[in-house]
Amino acid sequence: MLKRLLSIIALAGLLLGTAHATLTPDALVRQLSGEVIDAAKTDKAIQAGDVSKIISLVDAKVMPHVNFEAMTRSAVGPQWRHATPEQRQRLQGEFKSLLVRVYAGALTQVSDRTVEITKTLPVQGSSQQIVQSEVRGKGEPIKLDYRFDKAGDAWKIIDVNVGGIWLVTNYRSQFAPEIASGGIDGLIAKLAERNKAAAKN
Amino acid sequence: MRPPRIVAAVLAAAALLAGCATTAPRAPTNPQADPWEGFNRSVFAFNDAVDEALLAPVATAYRDFVPSLVRTGIANVFGNIDDAWSAIHHFLQGKPASGLDMTMRVAVNSSFGLFGLLDPATELRLERRPEDFGQTLAVWGAGPGPYLVLPLLGPSTVRDTLAKPLDMLPSPSLMTDRESARNGLRVLGIVDTRARLLATTDLLGQAALDRYSFARDAYLARRLDQVHDGAPPLDDPDDAADTPPARTSTPAPAASAARR
Repeated sequence: MLKRLLSIIALAGLLLGTAHATLTPDALVRQLSGEVIDAAKTDKAIQAGDVSKIISLVDAKVMPHVNFEAMTRSAVGPQWRHATPEQRQRLQGEFKSLLVRVYAGALTQVSDRTVEITKTLPVQGSSQQIVQSEVRGKGEPIKLDYRFDKAGDAWKIIDVNVGGIWLVTNYRSQFAPEIASGGIDGLIAKLAERNKAAAKN
Repeated sequence: MRPPRIVAAVLAAAALLAGCATTAPRAPTNPQADPWEGFNRSVFAFNDAVDEALLAPVATAYRDFVPSLVRTGIANVFGNIDDAWSAIHHFLQGKPASGLDMTMRVAVNSSFGLFGLLDPATELRLERRPEDFGQTLAVWGAGPGPYLVLPLLGPSTVRDTLAKPLDMLPSPSLMTDRESARNGLRVLGIVDTRARLLATTDLLGQAALDRYSFARDAYLARRLDQVHDGAPPLDDPDDAADTPPARTSTPAPAASAARR
């Protein structure tokens, strides 16, 4: 009886353990892109580019696997260390709104596509991994890569590459002149202004 | 004689534009890759004005009024000719396997695809893998040189500008001797390209804080990625938080050459 109980506990522990451990970066990408494309295929509002619908999709399916603080931190650069917790929160909020809007535009075009994972490779000299995938449909496949790092037990996305362009790297040079001229608050104001203008259209 | 004439015309137009560069002085955003930023910004503004007044409206009308089946067919024919050019460059870059794939792609699309109107090759997993002379020069060891925005043609580098005349040679206008038909095909090619880029440029307007530098950084990153067939040396995103951006690189021997 005790033995059986023990083995059940051991089994349960094993299952719980694997539930965390089995989600390797490529499995995560497979799950994530499958869910997002399914949603884009079935949901008319998402196909039409309904931003609030897409925000809730992103919040539910994508954000749990993204270390957005790390993304914002690397895009902001050294000045991040001098930012107050409140500034950091606002930066993340505005940056996220900007990215989701861009993402919404891209999503309206993927309903007839499939995603194929082409390769997973480690980043030399770090614990990071890169999962390379291709969005296939018409003609030239679109490259879509994810950079992962471990946060505790879980793998989290810390950068995304679309068509050869790393998001964080590209935004770093977008943010730098704003920070140089107006500081962290200047950058927050600029992002907020951009988001407001986009929301009106 | 054609390529030198194009280059001369482009350079003359560029020189003309440099004369009327009146943008407010601003701090250089990437002096290493873009030493001619002031000049480039004025050409960028000029291109934007032409695009807004002429090209984008025409391309939008083309997208909205020409049935998508027709547009797809036209894009496929142009694409098929580009694919033949790409195949040559796969071989020139020492990649016979992908060169054969692209040759197969062109053969399939030219025959079963009715002279390139249809694209059955993609269905057969022979996807388009574009290559061009600029990339071949890079593989042969040529660095990109400074970033350069060309009048009407847009983002480029010195290397890609030198390669451009050759890359513009293969076009459907080779199929006819009649000058009027040739010009018609050239215009159609430009409108078709612009129409397919409408979504991308909309995206640029939304994503960028500074459209000029966003377009530049995206162009340079994309070209580097293309040159390395999707595996360029990596930046370390997390380094930036504590130290000035350091470059870690995966072992890619041509990497340092292509960067400089």
